[in-house]
Amino acid sequence: MFETWLFLLFGAVLLVSGVLVITARNPVHGVLFLVLAFFTAAGIWLLLRAEFLAIALVVVYVGAVMVLFLFVVMMLDINLERVREGFWRNLPLALIVGGIMVFEMVAVLLNRIYGTRPLATPVPADYSNTKELGRVLYTQYAYAFEIAAVLLLVAIIAAIALTLRRRKDSRSQDPSAQVRARREDRVRLVSMPSETEK
Amino acid sequence: MIETLNLSHYLVLAAILFAISVVGIFLNRRNLIVLLMAIELMLLAVNINFIAFSHFLGDLAGQVFVFFILTVAAAESAIGLAILVVLFRERRTINVEDLDTMRG
Repeated sequence: MFETWLFLLFGAVLLVSGVLVITARNPVHGVLFLVLAFFTAAGIWLLLRAEFLAIALVVVYVGAVMVLFLFVVMMLDINLERVREGFWRNLPLALIVGGIMVFEMVAVLLNRIYGTRPLATPVPADYSNTKELGRVLYTQYAYAFEIAAVLLLVAIIAAIALTLRRRKDSRSQDPSAQVRARREDRVRLVSMPSETEK
Repeated sequence: MIETLNLSHYLVLAAILFAISVVGIFLNRRNLIVLLMAIELMLLAVNINFIAFSHFLGDLAGQVFVFFILTVAAAESAIGLAILVVLFRERRTINVEDLDTMRG
């Protein structure tokens, strides 16, 4: 019963903050509501006994990705009036499409077959979600795990390569040019008759 | 009142969240930042589905998939924001209507 109340509370907060994300006038407020949505989703994941992912969502997603979002949104100087043109014009169509989607999915999902109850097998007292997840991740899904690591590396390199900008007026040394320099380029020996005193 | 939570409650919650983000994409067609945020919300809804199935079917594979989706979503938003910054630096705008160089 307590769990049901928690689910209803978290679900309400999640949906309200989702609506506020897409309707916020100021993008910074939108990002902050997105943080709230992720935080609440972590609570729902805890209800579903996915402790590791709930903590990872808060630490990695809210802590890193959302802060990155916040930085970028604060850095950009956006003309809000121009960006919000057509907001109210699109509202009826958006509500129709969204309403139809919710109706269709709810009609399918409230079907009997999705009323699955949690498995009756009792969970042992020393069960650790993190341990079990790690065991599966490092054995059965080891290759996928390594590919994910490579993907993150590619993302790091791509993000840095895209945003790296050299200042045109900065003075710096070019070590390879320094190493390539040879004696002949710098020193010229001139043979000329020595001057004698009269 | 709901006596016990079952799978469909979580699936309906995720479906409504997904529909909200679709509505957000319709409403904010011009604002690239809100589009990115709506995509993040969609991925969150999908992740809730995965974890709900994982819990109710007693299979850890769903949680492993959420792990990988989080990885890909982090990479996606990092590169997306980098592109956004470069775009703003070049064009001084993030309005989708102004980005018509390719005449698409």
